[in-house]
Amino acid sequence: MTVFQIILMGLLIICAVSVSFSKNLLNSVLIYMSFSLVMSLLWICLESPDLAITEAAVGAGITSVLFFVTLKKIHAINIAEKTEEQTTSQCPAPEKGGSDE
Amino acid sequence: MGPNLWINYGEAVAAILFCIGFTNLLLQTNLIKKIIGLNIMDSAIYLFLAEKGYIAGRTAPIVTGGVTSVEAYINPIPSGLVLTGIVVSVSVSALMLSLTIRLYIRYHSLDLDEIAAQLKKEGR
Amino acid sequence: MSKRKPAEEYHKTFAFHFFSWLQGEKDPYLGNVEMKPQEEYVTDPEMQLRHEKEHDAILDKVYDMEHNRELKLFHRLYQATSILFCLFLMALLLVTISHLPATGAAVKPVNNEVSARYIESGLEETGAVNIVAGMILDYRAFDTLGESHVLFVATITVLIMLRLDKNKKGEPNPLTKDMNPNDRIYEPKNDAILQLVATFLVPIIIIFGIYIILNGHLGPGGGFSGGAVIGAGLILYLNAFGFSKTERFFTEKTYKWICFFSLSFYCLAKSYSFYTGANHLHSMIPKGTPGAILSSGLILPLNIAVGLVVACTMYAFYAMFRKGGF
Repeated sequence: MTVFQIILMGLLIICAVSVSFSKNLLNSVLIYMSFSLVMSLLWICLESPDLAITEAAVGAGITSVLFFVTLKKIHAINIAEKTEEQTTSQCPAPEKGGSDE
Repeated sequence: MGPNLWINYGEAVAAILFCIGFTNLLLQTNLIKKIIGLNIMDSAIYLFLAEKGYIAGRTAPIVTGGVTSVEAYINPIPSGLVLTGIVVSVSVSALMLSLTIRLYIRYHSLDLDEIAAQLKKEGR
Repeated sequence: MSKRKPAEEYHKTFAFHFFSWLQGEKDPYLGNVEMKPQEEYVTDPEMQLRHEKEHDAILDKVYDMEHNRELKLFHRLYQATSILFCLFLMALLLVTISHLPATGAAVKPVNNEVSARYIESGLEETGAVNIVAGMILDYRAFDTLGESHVLFVATITVLIMLRLDKNKKGEPNPLTKDMNPNDRIYEPKNDAILQLVATFLVPIIIIFGIYIILNGHLGPGGGFSGGAVIGAGLILYLNAFGFSKTERFFTEKTYKWICFFSLSFYCLAKSYSFYTGANHLHSMIPKGTPGAILSSGLILPLNIAVGLVVACTMYAFYAMFRKGGF
């Protein structure tokens, strides 16, 4: 169990460092999600299953979903939209009024 | 240096995680990354508390077989503290994210330096 | 009481002169001292333009982040100092940790008589098999009550932050008018795969959450974790089927009433100790046999109340982030 714990803790540190160095916001949120998942495994190793269930549902589930929604609100996940707009703007196609709808 | 650094590797990892989160909080200019750094600091504290309550060779504090002796279970107090802390940390991050959204709507930027510059220019 | 003087006589007194000078009606120097008449201040448009330009230039130079040398220097200094500070903090914490008692040791200051009491007499005093649940919902129930209120207050604050409010005339608030209320334009609507997966998964997730809540005193789990699982299931349902389906059973009113009833039930259930002499460990409610689902007195209903509050809060956070309201 000790080796497993040490591996998990190494993963934690790797995740925490790579959050700070990733350029893309979406990537860092995904890495934070995996951080929470590793954390919930670690709770089981530390004999507290209550915390494992809560961390898996809350840290890896709801916090990440809230982060994703925020990224959507602030248009950080708009790479697909941008390429779509570029392709549509080259041909004189639909009005931009669609975005107001 | 005391004698227990290598035995207390869990607490050491918690301290390192805390410092990584704190560095994130100080050095990142992006607000989302600052929030993630704060969440990492939260997790580090929880890890530290749980490591303090852990006792090797004992099981989780759920009574099995009617055994109610102290020698059978780990310390339940840190588990209770962390359980409430995890749920509060969600509401804290939700509050911070909503503040971020409002800031983005007002200043169209997530960069704290840029927001500060715009604020100063407005307050001429 | 003094007699009131006629107006002409009063105009000659010192008091009249003094008060009229005091109120600025009369300038005593006006006829006596030679003064230049003041010219009216004329704003020269050219000068004003130049002033504004200079002002702008100063601001531009001061806030020119890319070419300002002092600012760059300050940034470097700030970064170096913060890294040094964090390294110092890490060294300090590691030295402290090396002096702490070893992890996993049984004899530590942390494992004192409080935890021994919880473990040894928790089962017979609270009736809960899960000692953590017995601790947070019976011995330390007020702590959990405050915790539930923290969640409620956080929901209200997020609602204030993100609400797409309108004033009385129905015009949108200028601060939030840029916020697009409908941010689902680019998302696929009625995604067949997502809907099929959600039809299978959502009932299972919600039943699992209910199981965790109801089993909170028998095994790992409880109100917080079960509520979060149910909230996650509701979020999945909302993502798959849209707001029109969820608004049938969950609106602002539902949230309000569920939170009101849960929190006030919790409050009433735990405040009877004020009337029974502040010793609420001996409750009138029978404990039941440990291990049965209907046991451990108040812990099961309190778990349900906390679970309802947490589930509603999680769903409400997501709904407010999506459309600024429920």
